[in-house]
Amino acid sequence: MIQHLVDGILVGSFLSLGAIGLTMVMHMLRFANFSHAELLSIGAYGALVFDRLFEELFPVLGSAVGPLSMTWALVLSIVLSMILTGLSAVVIDRLVFQRVRQKGEELSMVFASFGMALIIRNVIGLIFGLSGELYSQDIVFALVLSRDPLLLVKPDQVFVLLAALVIMFVLHLVLSRTTFGFSLRAVAENPALAQVHGVNLKRIVTAVWLIGGGLGAVAGVFYGLSYQLTPVMGRDLVLPIFAATIVGGIGSVYGAVLGGFIVGIASNLALVVLPSGYSPSVPFLMILAVLLIRPNGLFGEARA
Amino acid sequence: MMGVVSYLVFFTTVASILAIAVLGLNLQWGNTGLFNGGVVASFGAGAYGTLILGSPAQAGHLGGFDLFYPLALAGGMVFAGILAWVVGKLTLRLRHDYLAIATFGVAVTFENVMRNATAVTGGAQGIRGFERPLRDALGDGFTYNLVFLVSVLVVLVLVYVFLQRLTVSPFGRLLRAIREDEIAARSLGKSPDGIRLTAFVTGSVIIGLAGGLYGTFYAFVSPQDVLPILTFQIWAMLIVGGAGNARGAMAGAFVIWGAWTFSGWALSRFAPVEAQLYTGSMQFILIGLVIVGMLLWRPQGLFPERLVVSQPGKSRERT
Repeated sequence: MIQHLVDGILVGSFLSLGAIGLTMVMHMLRFANFSHAELLSIGAYGALVFDRLFEELFPVLGSAVGPLSMTWALVLSIVLSMILTGLSAVVIDRLVFQRVRQKGEELSMVFASFGMALIIRNVIGLIFGLSGELYSQDIVFALVLSRDPLLLVKPDQVFVLLAALVIMFVLHLVLSRTTFGFSLRAVAENPALAQVHGVNLKRIVTAVWLIGGGLGAVAGVFYGLSYQLTPVMGRDLVLPIFAATIVGGIGSVYGAVLGGFIVGIASNLALVVLPSGYSPSVPFLMILAVLLIRPNGLFGEARA
Repeated sequence: MMGVVSYLVFFTTVASILAIAVLGLNLQWGNTGLFNGGVVASFGAGAYGTLILGSPAQAGHLGGFDLFYPLALAGGMVFAGILAWVVGKLTLRLRHDYLAIATFGVAVTFENVMRNATAVTGGAQGIRGFERPLRDALGDGFTYNLVFLVSVLVVLVLVYVFLQRLTVSPFGRLLRAIREDEIAARSLGKSPDGIRLTAFVTGSVIIGLAGGLYGTFYAFVSPQDVLPILTFQIWAMLIVGGAGNARGAMAGAFVIWGAWTFSGWALSRFAPVEAQLYTGSMQFILIGLVIVGMLLWRPQGLFPERLVVSQPGKSRERT
């Protein structure tokens, strides 16, 4: 039980990171982006490529960081992959979403994102093969935190949780303390009014994609560290991430953080009562529950 | 020669069944503007419902009702309708993308449950032991397939006529009114939520009918038949054909199903052996490109919606 709870918190850390970007895009551009989880795949595979490259070029970087399975090369790769993924998100927006947006149909955007998800996922499968990949073949033993009840935690998982919390805190500071953060929130509230006050809408949209892609990349790498990289990881992550945004309330960054942890914990606790085969259904049950009890989520506000 | 003909019969049967599903989706998206991201759930509900109700007792999954075939088919449609009603009831009054997410979630969950609830659905092995109707009279060969094709075409025409009637009826006018301007419709005393729910459930029942026919045709259904790609294929058919135009939607079904079958054949025939494993991925990319490309360059589809004037002569056609 307590093991499920701890595992859930760890899963929640990368779900939250993914959900933050998604909720921002859904709020600003007003569409459910079904290809958001593919940004996590791009980030995870991008980091894999950089990681292999660094280890070939600078074997020094191949040493592990402290007790973790991740190497210094992977740490650097995460940063590069964040940039790469952020830029990919911007490029995808320019190539597809922006042009669909200008034609004016909100639901066509949802539709286009369905198509993009299918394309990205399968292109990744073509490039990297359909079988799973790991960042490191080394086996890192889990720490036994307690024997009764048995509680095992891998050092990587602790790092993932701490890093996710730090990133969220930085994002909180940016959103609540900087001019940029204010303009971001202004656009989300009322794009027309924000523009009247001199906010460059295009720049803000670009920034949202960069942030969403960057956080998505981290989430993807953390997912890869916890399980393994597969081309279909986006397909498996898209519903939990949507569930996190809906639980938290669409548009609320803090809601997305909380929603991610709630969905992560609930999915793992559900294993106590449900056979593990059913775990892909849990996020959907959570969505239904939220829609029944509190349709706008924990922190969301009604908006047409 | 006979091989070609019997293949054509087979191809046309599947394409026509999918065309029925596209017509159902067209009612939801084309006429009402509802995004159904889980077409495959309605389709699967129809198929599973029909086969479970219509099959004799079989070890390993729920069954033994052995209902008269039309009743079983109707049962499958009801099953699809109930599923749609639950989802629609919960989401249609909310922001429009909730419906997209919830329907997508239903599809994922449906496949997941079909795969795991072995006692009811046979799990990964699917529903076996279904007897196709009239098999005793017609046998299993070409004659049967030909008769089945004709029946599917009759159903397709009936669905088409029903939907055409519906779109020119006051109800169809109301659907378009809500799609174009919900506030205006509301100010005229119409209740958009109820109307939308009706349209959503009706569309899903039609998709369920297609699923039931599909299950009947193969006399088998398993979780492999309710994978998300089917949703994408049916969507591609609608967008290629032109949302809002029923005849275009049917043409789209044949175009996309033809392209899908042909690309699968061509890839397995001409692609190098080491690439064979990836034919699925390449076909999926093609479907994705069709969807995105159509949205970018020809969002109205190959056969755009013609504006229906319900009372010709009295109202001027809008531009």
